[in-house]
Amino acid sequence: MTTTVRTIVVWCPDWPVRALAQSEELSLEDPIALIDHGLVFACSPRARADGVRRGQRVREAQAACVDLMTFDYDPALDHRSFEAVVAALEELMPGVQVLRPGMCALAAKGPSRYYGGERGAAGVLLTTLVGLGAEDARITIADGRFAAEQLARMPGEQSIRIVEPGGSPEFLSEHPIDAIGDPQLATLLRRLGLSTLGAFAALDFRDVRARFGEAGVHAHTMASGRDARRVVPRLPPQLRDIEVAFEPPLDRVDQITFAVRTAAERFVDELTRALLVCTSIRVELHTDNGVVHDRGWGHPRWFSANDVLDRIRWQVQGRTGAGAGALTSAIIKVRVVPEGLDSIGNYETGLWGSAPDDRIHHGLSRVQSLLGHGAVTTAVIAGGRGVSERQVMIPWGDPRVGAGGAGAGAGAGGGAAGAGGGARGAGGGAAGTGGAKPWPGSVPLPAPSTVFEKPRGVTVLTRDGGPVAVSDRGTLDGVPALFQVNDAESPSRPQPLAAWTGPWPVHERWWDQAVARSFHRFQVVDVEGTAWLLALHEHGWWAEARYD
Amino acid sequence: MFEYGEMPDPAVLLAEAAPAAPSVRELQERIRQMQATKLETRSLQTSPALAPLLPGGALKAGAAYSVEGSHSLVMAMMAGPSAAGAWCGVIGLPDFGAEAASRSGVDLDRLVFVPHPGEQWLSVVSAVIDVVTVVVTVAPPRLGDALAARLAARIRQREATMIVLGGWPQSEATLSVTESSWEGIGQGFGHLASRRVTVSARGKGFMGQRRTARLWLPDVSEQVRAAETVRGAETVRAAETVRGAETVRGAWPAFAGSGELAS
Repeated sequence: MTTTVRTIVVWCPDWPVRALAQSEELSLEDPIALIDHGLVFACSPRARADGVRRGQRVREAQAACVDLMTFDYDPALDHRSFEAVVAALEELMPGVQVLRPGMCALAAKGPSRYYGGERGAAGVLLTTLVGLGAEDARITIADGRFAAEQLARMPGEQSIRIVEPGGSPEFLSEHPIDAIGDPQLATLLRRLGLSTLGAFAALDFRDVRARFGEAGVHAHTMASGRDARRVVPRLPPQLRDIEVAFEPPLDRVDQITFAVRTAAERFVDELTRALLVCTSIRVELHTDNGVVHDRGWGHPRWFSANDVLDRIRWQVQGRTGAGAGALTSAIIKVRVVPEGLDSIGNYETGLWGSAPDDRIHHGLSRVQSLLGHGAVTTAVIAGGRGVSERQVMIPWGDPRVGAGGAGAGAGAGGGAAGAGGGARGAGGGAAGTGGAKPWPGSVPLPAPSTVFEKPRGVTVLTRDGGPVAVSDRGTLDGVPALFQVNDAESPSRPQPLAAWTGPWPVHERWWDQAVARSFHRFQVVDVEGTAWLLALHEHGWWAEARYD
Repeated sequence: MFEYGEMPDPAVLLAEAAPAAPSVRELQERIRQMQATKLETRSLQTSPALAPLLPGGALKAGAAYSVEGSHSLVMAMMAGPSAAGAWCGVIGLPDFGAEAASRSGVDLDRLVFVPHPGEQWLSVVSAVIDVVTVVVTVAPPRLGDALAARLAARIRQREATMIVLGGWPQSEATLSVTESSWEGIGQGFGHLASRRVTVSARGKGFMGQRRTARLWLPDVSEQVRAAETVRGAETVRAAETVRGAETVRGAWPAFAGSGELAS
């Protein structure tokens, strides 16, 4: 029979809201709600006072609290901000297990002996948390994690709550059955007439196993206060940065790379020993006059020591050249931070080699270091009716949305955000693979070979020089006969059209005033045999693309 | 022939002579290659429709080509190497249509764009030439001969192929679309479906001649291929070489009416 472990649970209520308020510089007194999948995920005390509840629809919450500020829930932000708290707790007592952002567990035995009793240990924790700004944090100590968690969730103002050893079963017995955390089972038990944990715990566990299986036995163990789960402390992350300071400051690329070489080799060796590979790094160049140039570098596979040196060299070279970001003084410190780490097993090449061509990546990364990350792109055909929205440009190194991930972005972990942005550019709701789907009303094939980045103004006239217009009912008013590209540099006379077709009405996203567009497309062939895709907007004719 | 005791029909003679012409040309080219002062260069896989327009019948690694005013012709040139697994780079052409490139056979997974190289054109082009097989670019307005020569040396050394939109001082061949007519579109009806073009080429290896070819660019199934047409009983490959473009231009109206037969 396993015994329960005295467990400390530290809970900072409303942590998601607190993290958001910190990052957005809001006050916790504001009515804030975090929305996840259209439902309220967390809310601030002020919003709760107005009747906002977790699990409500956004509209209900807004009805309950008129000046509610809603934000999308970002789990990464929670973890990131809680990291500081966990680090502070680890300074005090080792062996912290993070249960979720805002809640963590520690074994009580060691700390209570060191700090002279459980209450003393809890007091130290509370002082630290209040110092970090979490004034409403709760420290609870009980037999088993389950009991300690339930204790933390009890209403009341008390910050430190302790259930004496052996008191857990009695403490839990009055709790409602929903506390077991399995809504399906809780509903069933309630309908069977078991409304408290105590009533459920009174059942014989063999009967529970026969009726509810292993999940039921687990719940039964919890309810009867025999939670034997141990605290599994997390491994504090090791710092794997390289930091090399130069005294006196260096301003030559070869000197800098030579000085960093040993550190870079050690960096990669240490990672390899930990069975890790680094897929993206951030290089910071600290200059003499206090400016920090930093940028991230991805790699299609993983960084070797030479790759790290290359990135540093490129960054220094890219800065020393002419341009806005040029280095203004010598470099006093180089810092390399690994941003993406992955298990080495995922990067073992296949028997015949499956990695994208390193040489290509080197060359293109060099261009990126000259012009910027977004200057080198690959294209993905996305969904859409217009010709320009069908081609989505994705910066080199970022994963290609919807594509097989051939060369462009395998393993470049740092760039997910960029690809997301690119996909949003498609606008049609379907990114990446959308290109293959049918898009009724799109421009018929063949695709134009020139798609103007900025539409060019053109003039289309009837034979006698009158305007061509489309009426509200979509009928053409005037026959297009003369065509001219409005070019300020080389003005020309309107030329006759060899052929034309249209109008093809486009009414897109009429439900959203901000992005709605309504115009008519035409295809025309000019006298030289070049075809154009034209758009007739309210304010005139534009050439979207050319078939040349 | 004479055992039948008949005089040969002049038309038959003509028909037999016509197929001989390409083989003569082929032989001439072989002779020229064998007598060439340069070392043999590696050629890239090229779309067969373009072969008659290029010196040596294929794109050469380490050479520069120039194309005047047609992106789709550039795409047709890129399609061959790209299908064979080569990487392509497009530099300084923000208007290059990616979807058309993809549909004309260029693999987008191996196509890289640098739309705005700005002031750094030369360093970007040389960096991309180092790693990519086919580079498409547009020359900046003021590029000195010395820089062009340096770039040409770099292309030769790296065995890359450069396709320049517009003029280029040391190009192996200059291709341009001299005539173009669209089908499928009328006066107020239909839509652009296919296009027939006459492409003419001037090149180093053509001994001052001008070669022309009639192509579908693209045809109704979005392929680029040589336009063939039926004239009487005898099938003439349209992509024939003639001295000067005048002959072809004269013959053009005869073909224009029989476009439907061609496919």
